[in-house]
Amino acid sequence: MSELFVLIPGRTSKQGCGISEGKFTDAYQSETTILQICPKDMQRLGLNEGDRVRLSSETGQVEVAVTAAKGDELPPGVLFIAYGDLSSRLMGGDTHGSGMPTSKGLDVALEKIA
Amino acid sequence: MSTATKNQAATDGSLKIVQDATCTFCGCVCDDIDLSVKDNHIVEAKRACVLGKSWFFNHYVDQRPSCLISGRPASIEEGIERAAKILAGAKYPIIYGLSDTTCEAQRIAVGIGDWIGGNVDTTTSVCHGPSGMAFQGVGEVTCSLGEIANRGDLIIFWGSNPAESHPRHFTKYSLMPKGMFLPNGRKDRTCVLVDVRKTKSAKAADIFLQIKPRKDFEALWILRALAQNLSLDPAEVEDETGVPLSAWQDLMGRMKQAKFGVLLFGMGLTMTRGKHLNSEALLALVRDMNAYTRFVAKPMRGHGNVTGADNVVSWQTGYPFGVNMSRGYPRFNPGEYTTADTLARREADAAMIIASDPMSNFSQAARERLLAIPYISLDPKETPTTRGATVAFTTATYGINTAGTVYRMDDVPIPLRPAFDSPHPSDFEILSGIERRVKALKAAVRL
Repeated sequence: MSELFVLIPGRTSKQGCGISEGKFTDAYQSETTILQICPKDMQRLGLNEGDRVRLSSETGQVEVAVTAAKGDELPPGVLFIAYGDLSSRLMGGDTHGSGMPTSKGLDVALEKIA
Repeated sequence: MSTATKNQAATDGSLKIVQDATCTFCGCVCDDIDLSVKDNHIVEAKRACVLGKSWFFNHYVDQRPSCLISGRPASIEEGIERAAKILAGAKYPIIYGLSDTTCEAQRIAVGIGDWIGGNVDTTTSVCHGPSGMAFQGVGEVTCSLGEIANRGDLIIFWGSNPAESHPRHFTKYSLMPKGMFLPNGRKDRTCVLVDVRKTKSAKAADIFLQIKPRKDFEALWILRALAQNLSLDPAEVEDETGVPLSAWQDLMGRMKQAKFGVLLFGMGLTMTRGKHLNSEALLALVRDMNAYTRFVAKPMRGHGNVTGADNVVSWQTGYPFGVNMSRGYPRFNPGEYTTADTLARREADAAMIIASDPMSNFSQAARERLLAIPYISLDPKETPTTRGATVAFTTATYGINTAGTVYRMDDVPIPLRPAFDSPHPSDFEILSGIERRVKALKAAVRL
């Protein structure tokens, strides 16, 4: 059973440092493959720290581990992931005449992997 | 100045100090970093932020060969020859990246684009490219970061998280400095953050407005209406933006009363549905505000010399990014000549990627196309893009190993003061070699 969310990929300090440390390092790989969810949504969906979920957009599908967003950083219904390979796999190729693929505010379906 | 010690190899265990070195990790381009260098490694970076420290401390000289052809070590001359043949022989070659190299190297890359009749596009197209389109539609009421430090009494960040992406922006330019007209620094300023997420930057703000996702355009037009004293339906405004009308009215009151208002905007606007229309709305709001007071807008630029890329491509072609040279004169059309599109539509048949990693950052369709065509990469580090390149050059790191010029996010040029030499060639040297060979190959075809 999947549920629709809005995904916002973005910069984090660790992801930024990871670019300099090397994209094949554990630190960069770990930072860019963890999905942040609002604690209320985690509780409602019965998700625990480290559980894996499948995210599907119109054009791609990825599997990631989840973590609760700190404090009230994320409102319900919104997900966050650091920029990287996985976030880009959910982007479409169409830029709607702008040169810029829609890279933030993506509609995604979230499904818990049993 | 300690740069007089230019680049002697500090391999004898002695400590070399480079004063006022320039950090090129982000668009702040802080040029007040004091580096301590020992055995060709930076051991201290005074005043650098967390991103800057990581940038300086993680630049060991890469032990990979300076050139790989199809994954096998080759001489630089062989690499240049192969690269020139790929580019000169293609029907629709593209050049992309450029935001993490010097203006001098960018200039040569544009020249190559002209010789091969290809596209020249930079990472601006997937950063503030939509703002570049909006500048052409609305104009830009702008200023330098120094003016913000000395005058800005109302600082609004919109769709930007400087605490994580530009950590020294608050302390060096926008919030903390005691300026000519702001003797008490932070106490003389009001800071507002508008964002979908309550990011780490919210702690630095006096007022945080949490809007609904993908409602920036609507929120900006509500402010434009309030600037004109138009009456709005409170229920509709809150339902649309997630923020009460009273909060928008309060913000507009502060904007009109400010002596020098500043709107600093990030990719929360440009990467979200609406894109250039979001940036246009913001620039139009700032233009409107100048009927009441002095108000300026500035995009928060990410890469160290992405602003330089805009400047150099504009000097050379008249347009900032997404430029096509196939007819012998430059044409500009985002969506047609931009790299995300030419790759995803499988139009480009050869590429040169300079200091950028589209194999990590582009859509799946674009990545698949890039992997299917011959391409050249120039990068100091190994990335998914360098791993797939037909010809991969390992180059010296700009600012750490090579001198040159970069542009800060407010279009102010800053010189680089390198710390130590690299055994690898600079982007400028490789590109100059490719340009020479491309010119010869193209001249031979014309004969």
